[in-house]
This record gives sequence, structure tokens and C-alpha cells, in this order.
Amino acid sequence: MSLLEVKDVTMQFGGLTAVTNFNLHINNDEIVGLIGPNGAGKTTCFNVITGEYIPSKGSVFFEKKDITKARSDQVTKLGIARTFQNIRLFKDLTVLENVLIANHLNVKSNLFTAIFKLPKYQKEERQMYEKSLDLLKELKLERFKNEKSSSLPYGLQRRLEIARALATQPKLLLLDEPAAGMNPQESIELMKLINEIKEKFNLTIFMIEHHMPVIMGVCKRILVLDHGLTIAEGTPKEIQTNPKVIEAYLGVETIA
Amino acid sequence: MSKKVITSLILILITITLLIIAQNNLDSFSLRILNLCGIYVIFAVSMNLINGFTGQLALGHAGFIAVGAYSYSLLVMDPQLKEMNFFLKPLIAPLNTVHWPFLPALILAGLMAALAGFLVGAPALRLRGDYLAIATLGFGEIIRIIFTNTQSITNGSLGLKGIPAPDKFLFFSMKNSLMWWVWIAAIITVIFHFLLIDSSYGRAFKAIREDEKAAQAMGIALFKHKVMAMVISSFFAGIGGALLASLIGTIDPLMFRFLLTFNILLIVVVGGMGSISGSIISAISITILMEVLRALDQGFMGLPALPGLRMVVFALLLMSVVLFYPKGLMGNEELSWNKLMNLLKKPLLLKEVKK
Ligand SMILES: Nc1ncnc2c1ncn2[C@@H]1O[C@H](COP(=O)(O)OP(=O)(O)OP(=O)(O)O)[C@@H](O)[C@H]1O
Ligand SMILES: [Mg+2]
Repeated sequence: MSLLEVKDVTMQFGGLTAVTNFNLHINNDEIVGLIGPNGAGKTTCFNVITGEYIPSKGSVFFEKKDITKARSDQVTKLGIARTFQNIRLFKDLTVLENVLIANHLNVKSNLFTAIFKLPKYQKEERQMYEKSLDLLKELKLERFKNEKSSSLPYGLQRRLEIARALATQPKLLLLDEPAAGMNPQESIELMKLINEIKEKFNLTIFMIEHHMPVIMGVCKRILVLDHGLTIAEGTPKEIQTNPKVIEAYLGVETIA
Repeated sequence: MSKKVITSLILILITITLLIIAQNNLDSFSLRILNLCGIYVIFAVSMNLINGFTGQLALGHAGFIAVGAYSYSLLVMDPQLKEMNFFLKPLIAPLNTVHWPFLPALILAGLMAALAGFLVGAPALRLRGDYLAIATLGFGEIIRIIFTNTQSITNGSLGLKGIPAPDKFLFFSMKNSLMWWVWIAAIITVIFHFLLIDSSYGRAFKAIREDEKAAQAMGIALFKHKVMAMVISSFFAGIGGALLASLIGTIDPLMFRFLLTFNILLIVVVGGMGSISGSIISAISITILMEVLRALDQGFMGLPALPGLRMVVFALLLMSVVLFYPKGLMGNEELSWNKLMNLLKKPLLLKEVKK
């Protein structure tokens, strides 16, 4: 079943066209990769999907609903969660608080029920804590729960961002370079983790990644962007041997 | 949780005991300062909600305080008193005949200020940072200018005189009912804010302060939550304004200039943006300090009277606080026994080292 549909999206910033006629179709249960050289427009695609940017042209559908102009909090409520390329945790807050905050969108108690801790809210709060602690356990972050999130080492901060995104209970998870800054060992763990959470939470995943081993190992289908244009789409094998892709990445060498 | 409740109950009991002692022992001048302290606690804690916890640099507090002060005064003054005040231009109906008891007037004052907070916040909170600061500052001043010019409602620049203070606390006749109202209101304000910050909504406010984009990506509707914080903040500002009016007994638009907002902001910054206990400590110490330092202006220990010396000394003290505690006395943390013990230990440890 079709989950996400991006149709002819073009994104311009003043005179600069970051993405041109981008098309994407993701079915339930897929893991799709997005690669391309620096500045190719990958993150911009994410920002268009999540409502951070409204595209200059084209439209985005999630579960057949038009979300082209939806705000990013609305998009998250519908079931698309994301991580950020340059980690954006709530730095001054604890690991647990970071995950708790991602539960807020599902809180049904109104402000006063919450302030005066009426039974309805107490129950919700208890569930929030349990869910968050379970998630932290799942991602092996439990023992850091009371640490300031900015005090975690880099790799764990990335993991916490994933935990936080999962806490919003998404159907589609967007990962923006989750392996950036990780060593090979950590990258392998990350690949395992991505597969695990996909199964456990019934996720569909769309991810940007530079580490070829990671993206080749996890994704069944990959899109390649270059200067905002989609230059290839296919299985990891097909992509690896596609001359256009090789040229985009190793442009100089093909000339030589 | 239960430990927190017990500590809070003990703190409240201590406060009430201190108030009883104060009521029986303090002269009227000191009592006035004590009341002013309570009112500034309300001002600072409520301003901290929008500025410190939600991270929105909103500078319209004086405006909301004015709305509270005027609403309250116009409700509690008796018709005869109103006629005496409005001798240039009569007060419009039905305000000229209303005569409400204290508590309903106090609450309506808060609600009016909350409404003003909503009307100001709805457009202004779409802006960020400096722009928000400038817009809210402008709105605060506009409220004041409107009050100066709507003579048939506010008596314009003549202000209102003879605003009555409550003669009872609830149903009890007390020696100093106003002190009880002020401090019970302050205690309620503080508890309310602690509960709010401890809730999911409070966490959402903090998330917005930490990183708006990330907060929004977590599904938090930014605008809705910012407006919520602003409305609550201005509600309590209005309550504080009403209490201020009944303490001073005279109000006029000049009292609610930007300087008032600035003083409260200063208290919040010194106490620590995002720390309720910091705001309380700072509100009480700065209010007392300002009064104590008044002695400097009137000549002191053989020094000649130097008007303005007070502000110089005050500024120096402030600078040293900011130098030694760049994030305010408490940063964005709350006072706790552990921290208090650590603070006490530090000088002791230093002494030992010196030996
Ligand atoms: N808000 C913006 N305003 C102006 N230009 C932008 C904006 N966002 C992105 N761009 C530009 O769009 C282009 C694509 O940027 P984008 O961040 O999408 O690239 P990317 O593929 O994610 O690159 P990287 O691998 O470095 O993360 C770049 O030239 C960038 O400077
Ligand atoms: Mg990018």
C-alpha cells in the first residue's frame, strides 16, 4: 500500500533551485535510501516532506492525504517523524525528558487537567513514563536517563534522536545521515538497530546516508540526487554500477 | 512525589508562621515592604514563565499589570469615591455604579489581563527574538497610552486615588488582611507554576525554549503553546497588578512604564531564567535591597545626602551578581536540599584548605 507520494516537487530559494521535479513513491514496510553528493538537495527533500518548507511546485501526499502545506507539527501528528542531520536535541534537558516531550502530541488531557494532576492526567503521565523508559531500554540508553542530553557522546546522541522520533509513534521514519560521525563498529550496530526498530515498531523508513556500506546494507531501493535532479533509482546493485552515479560521485576520475 | 509534597507543605507552613510573626511584630513601613515582596514574587514568577521557561522574550508585563490594576480598582471603588475621582469627565456607565467585593474583583482583574495577553500575544508571538521583544514592548506602551487617553474610563493621567484595600481575609477579620491576600496569592502563584512546569505542557514549553524546530518536529504546535504561556503569564501579572493597586492605593498610567517591565526582567535574570525558586529569592532580595538602599539617598553614616547613590550601589551589586553568576543565581534549576548543602559545604571546604 502506498504510504508516501511526492509528486513533481521543485524547491527554490530565491534564485537557487535546490530540488527539481522530485518524485518519490514509498510503500508500507519499505526501507528506501536517498544519496547524493554534498548540497545535492537531500535534506531539502526531507524538509519539504515534513512541512518545514512548502515546495515552490508540486505536492506531497501521506496516506493519500495532501500534506503539501501542512505545518511540521501537523505532519508529525499524522505519523511522520524525523531526525536531524545536525543533531537537534533539547540540550539542557535530560535524556528522559527529551523522550517524554515527544509524547506530548498524544496527550489528551487539557492544560488544567494536567496542571492539577487530575486522575485522567496522572494515568497519561504514568503511561508516558513507562513508554519512554521502555524506549530508552530498547535503544540501550536507559542508564543515561537522568543525564543532560548534551553530555552524551555523539553516537548516543544520534541514538537518542531516534528514540525521541520513535516516541511520537510514527508510521514513517525519516533519518538524515544517522551514521554521520560514527566509526565502522558503531555503523554496524546502527544498521542492526534500524532493522530491529523497523520490525518492532512496524516502520517504513526513508533515510539519507553517506556511508555506502550502511545504505547498501539496509536499503532495498535507493534514489540518487545530484544538483537537485534525480539521476538514478534502483536496487543497491544497480546503483553501484550505474555510470551516471559513478560520474556524479567521482566526476573527476571519469574525465581522467 | 510524596517527598516533594511534604517538603512543599513544610515550606508553606514555615512561610505562614513567618507571616504570623511579621503581622504581630513589623511596623507598617516594613509590612508594606513585605507586601511589595509578595507582589514582586508574583510578577517575577509569571514573567519567568514566558521569558525563562518558554524562551519568548516578551516585554509587555507592565501593560498586563496595568490592566489588572485598573480593572480591580474600577470594580472595588465605591460609586461615591468614583465620582470624586472623575471630576473632569464622569466615568461611563455601568462602571460608575459597580461596587464589587475584593475576591471577585481580583479574579476578574486577572482574567482581563489574560484577555489582554491573548490579544497582544496572538499577533506578536508569530514573531521571534528581537522582533517579539520590540512588538510586545510596543504593545505594553500602547496599553499605557490608551489608559492615559480614555479619560472617561481610567481618569487619564489623573489616575485613581483612594483605592480600598480588603478589610477581611476571606471571612476573617485580620490585623492586616492585605498581607494575607498578597502572600496567599503569591503562594498559589508559585504552586501553580511548579505544577505547570512539572506537567507535559511545561515540558513542551521548555522544548520550545531549547529548540523551536525540534519541538515542532516532535509534534508541538508552537503558536498554541506560546499563546498558552503568554495568557497564563498575563493572568498572574493582572493579579499582581490588582494587589499592587490595593497596596499603594493610588495608580496612574506613569506607574506602568517600561521601567516596571525592566525591573521585573532584571529580577528574573538575576534569579535565573527558568528557575521559579530563583525568581522568588531574587524578587524578595531585590525588593528589600531597593528599600534598604533608600537610606543612602538620604545621607547615611555621616555621608552627605546624595540622591541617586542608591542606584549606583544597586548597579554595582547587580554587576557583581552577573559577573559571578552569569546564568543568574539559580541558572535554570530549582533549589533543593542537595544543592543547598553543597553551597554550604563549599565555603567550609575552602576554609579547611586554607588551614
Ligand atoms: N533555507 C535555505 N535557504 C537557502 N538555501 C538553502 C536552504 N536550504 C538549503 N539550501 C540550499 O539548497 C541546496 C541543497 O541543500 P541540502 O541541505 O538539501 O543538501 P544536502 O543534499 O542535504 O547536502 P549535505 O549532504 O551537505 O547535507 C544547497 O545549495 C543549500 O545551500
Ligand atoms: Mg543534508
